[in-house]
Amino acid sequence: MLLIRCPYCEEERPELEFRNAGEAHIARSPNIAGESDDDFEKFFFIRSNPKGIIYERWRHMHGCARFFNAVRDTVSDRFLMTYKAGEPKPTKLPGAAK
Amino acid sequence: MAKAAAKKSAVAVPPAERRPALAGQELSATGVTLAVLPPAERISLRAPDASVAALSKALGVTLPRKPKTSAAKAGRTALWLGPDEWLVIDEVGKDPLADCAEVTALHSAVGISHRNVGISVTGPAAAATINSGCPQDLSLDVFPVGAASRTILGKVEIVLLRTASDAFRVECWRSFSDYVFTFLSEAARDAAA
Repeated sequence: MLLIRCPYCEEERPELEFRNAGEAHIARSPNIAGESDDDFEKFFFIRSNPKGIIYERWRHMHGCARFFNAVRDTVSDRFLMTYKAGEPKPTKLPGAAK
Repeated sequence: MAKAAAKKSAVAVPPAERRPALAGQELSATGVTLAVLPPAERISLRAPDASVAALSKALGVTLPRKPKTSAAKAGRTALWLGPDEWLVIDEVGKDPLADCAEVTALHSAVGISHRNVGISVTGPAAAATINSGCPQDLSLDVFPVGAASRTILGKVEIVLLRTASDAFRVECWRSFSDYVFTFLSEAARDAAA
């Protein structure tokens, strides 16, 4: 079982308490009604789905119930780091091979 | 005529009788005892940092600010569930909802006394019994006496509170209580074996 560190509970918890909530750092346009169809499609449907490092939203559903962001390697399924929702995308990753 | 009928039924209806789920059920196995706890008053409390001091004063128990902790005073326990969320359990029949109603600071208090059922798990095999369905580390170093956490047991969400080194309180939703008690009963027999 994976252990995921929740930044609000400040400790590692078993993966069963968590839910994935899709890709992180996708900003909604402040003028969503004025978006062109192409831009809206990009915002609404298109996700990067990379092989390697991905920034994701996770929710500590059966714990503190808070959303937070996590950096995960989709190849090894290893969590590189987690940080609170609203914090900027980290530029430096601890122990990232690539 | 409808009015008359309504009036008549209003007179005839006795005060609502409280029927707790699984009232008084118990189970003993080697090293562990399960018991459904008597009804208690409970609230779900959400509040920002600025309101915590006023609410603590009104409730008579200091709301804990550290993750996975609880505070207890005079039969009332406040459990940290999230950064701005607490579960308050009162076992001596005083309604914490009434205490919160006097607080003017911003908060949300919802009475959930009837929503939850409390089950006590006691004995040397208590941690092993709960661990049969709960993935958290329940060793005393990581989950000391007084530690409290929302977590899962089998398929359902529970709130777990360690009341002593060999005693836990499991809070689950009323409609899940039959599942939880049966699950723990099976686990108790396994832990005993």
